[in-house]
Amino acid sequence: MSFEPFSKLRSRTIVLAQANIDTDQIIPARFLTTTTRKGLGGSAFYDWRFDDNGRAKNASVFNGVNPETYRILVAGSNFGCGSSREHAPWALSDFGFRAVVSSDIADIFKSNALKNGLLPVEVDDEMHNFLLEHPGADVLIDLEEEVIAVLGGGRSAPFSVEPFARRCLLDGVDPLGHLLNQSAAIEAYEKERA
Amino acid sequence: MKPQTMLDKLWARHVVVEERGDAPAVLYIDLHLVHEVTSPQAFSVLDEQGRKVHRPDRTIATLDHSTPTLPANDKGELPYATPEAKQQVETLIRNCETHGIQLYGLGDPHRGIVHVIGPELGATQPGMTIVCGDSHTSTHGAFGALAFGIGTTEVGHVLATQCVLQRKPKSMRVTFDGELSPGVGAKDMALAMIAKVGADGGQGYAIEFAGDAVRALSMEGRMTLCNMSIEAGARSGMVAPDDKTIAFLEGRERAPTGDGWKRAIDDWLSLPTDEGAVFDKEVRLEAAAISPMVTYGVSPDAAAPVSSKVPEISGEVARIAADYMQVHGGMAFSDIRVDRVFIGSCTNSRLSDLREAAHVFAGRKVSKGVIALVVPGSEEIKRAAEAEGLDKVFLSAGAEWREPGCSMCIAMNGDKGAPGELVVSTSNRNFMGRQGKGVRTMLASPATAAASAVEGRIADPRPYLEERKMANVV
Repeated sequence: MSFEPFSKLRSRTIVLAQANIDTDQIIPARFLTTTTRKGLGGSAFYDWRFDDNGRAKNASVFNGVNPETYRILVAGSNFGCGSSREHAPWALSDFGFRAVVSSDIADIFKSNALKNGLLPVEVDDEMHNFLLEHPGADVLIDLEEEVIAVLGGGRSAPFSVEPFARRCLLDGVDPLGHLLNQSAAIEAYEKERA
Repeated sequence: MKPQTMLDKLWARHVVVEERGDAPAVLYIDLHLVHEVTSPQAFSVLDEQGRKVHRPDRTIATLDHSTPTLPANDKGELPYATPEAKQQVETLIRNCETHGIQLYGLGDPHRGIVHVIGPELGATQPGMTIVCGDSHTSTHGAFGALAFGIGTTEVGHVLATQCVLQRKPKSMRVTFDGELSPGVGAKDMALAMIAKVGADGGQGYAIEFAGDAVRALSMEGRMTLCNMSIEAGARSGMVAPDDKTIAFLEGRERAPTGDGWKRAIDDWLSLPTDEGAVFDKEVRLEAAAISPMVTYGVSPDAAAPVSSKVPEISGEVARIAADYMQVHGGMAFSDIRVDRVFIGSCTNSRLSDLREAAHVFAGRKVSKGVIALVVPGSEEIKRAAEAEGLDKVFLSAGAEWREPGCSMCIAMNGDKGAPGELVVSTSNRNFMGRQGKGVRTMLASPATAAASAVEGRIADPRPYLEERKMANVV
């Protein structure tokens, strides 16, 4: 597996201010019967975006949004909690997002996102609150420097990503290669334990 | 040597390559559990790269999420929710054949919910690392294993190398002091714990459950408690192995035998946390203060005693949840009308759970207009329940008795509620739409769910349980 390397991203934000947005909201379970990882963008936040007849809800923040311009999702705390479904980051990436910003992002979602070129950015409360209150902000995320900045506002904040995952994202590679390179150590471990 | 936590011991045993500043540890996985929903894309990557499964002997698979819980028709066709669901099941069957993985598939006497059959087979053992593409893998920690959910990319990593890349989690001990009151069980403990620490209170931690009330739980109860760790944000929860753990595993299909069994016991009993070991975080609860619990919001931490009222709603998050749930602060739970009841899932579908529900249902009827679904966790549980006549109790009460599977917990096999319905569920998540679009879920124990089915309103199970107990004494 590989994906587009991530270094810098400049984009406007879409804001979902609610806390505890779980992966059942990001992609409802009825869409999980797929056997591929492609094309799930249409299912992203489906029940938030569409009514019972499949028509776009007027009130949805996604309505009329061009995903090319809005590639950063800002969400309330504990984003991505619940199920381990990797379909959640697959759906968000396929929809067009390349980063998710919150004050705290659930562990399994974070781990899954990092493996799919979707950058989870955890910021302090001050930056988080500012972004929640300013939907559509023009934001620059620099993964090399681990800094997120609001353009035109003089506001920036550091963030940190687990160093190995950061390296994989910058290079656009799945960590499987690293694991496969450890095969001698794995075999030695298995021999010793047997 | 410095006193160690059980997490320290489990971790140290499985490190293949130590963690460094710029790389996580390579952690060896003893048991990999696979199901149809989170595995197809992992097998595809393996096949595209021409790789083999490194240790098929450490991998077991089952079908549970997409499988119907209604029986096959005359032609032997199962009523799949969609053609995609059927295709997903067929894909796992094919992948297991191709890679030599044992599948407890359709028609197999050991098929069931992945977190139910692991322990049932004796595949889940103390001291192991266990992973599965499913967040409720934490269930297996009840045996003194380090068990956690992973994503599909990591499922691929484990298939290819039997290892995952992980940083060691922080440690958190949740102690339940004292004794539970009658009519209160492991599910109530779990909901009380989540309400106390919050839905993200365990994030970054591995939880160890300790204290007299945890030691007093059956293995089934410990599984229920560990199962819900992820609802507090912790990827794993565990309980130190003891005589109950050993008694549960003895004689099971995949448990060690002969001298191996004796060696295993000695080893397992060396796993508990050493006296004086220090945890990164400590949480204490008084078991006697816990009463039957129910959730009222759309996150499992919104839980309160069933005998009380919906707490005052404050803040935007709680307001959105209350609107969705159609509840308001000060409303008595006993005033909330119930449309449907689901007894099942990897949290509460084991024999003891079914007995608890049957205890309430015996000689009573499901309230008019309420649909009650009882779904055993596995084929083995189904047989055991039928052998003691529990199916008859459910059926004469007017509940449905189904085939094993995840069913309404994740509602992707066609079992779901209708929009607006209120479902009392023994599962683990009350998220918006989790049990069907627009469905309002209230989580509770099997006893509370059964009592609510009987009354047609949220009900305290204690009067039912106490009455029986007295009857038994007489």
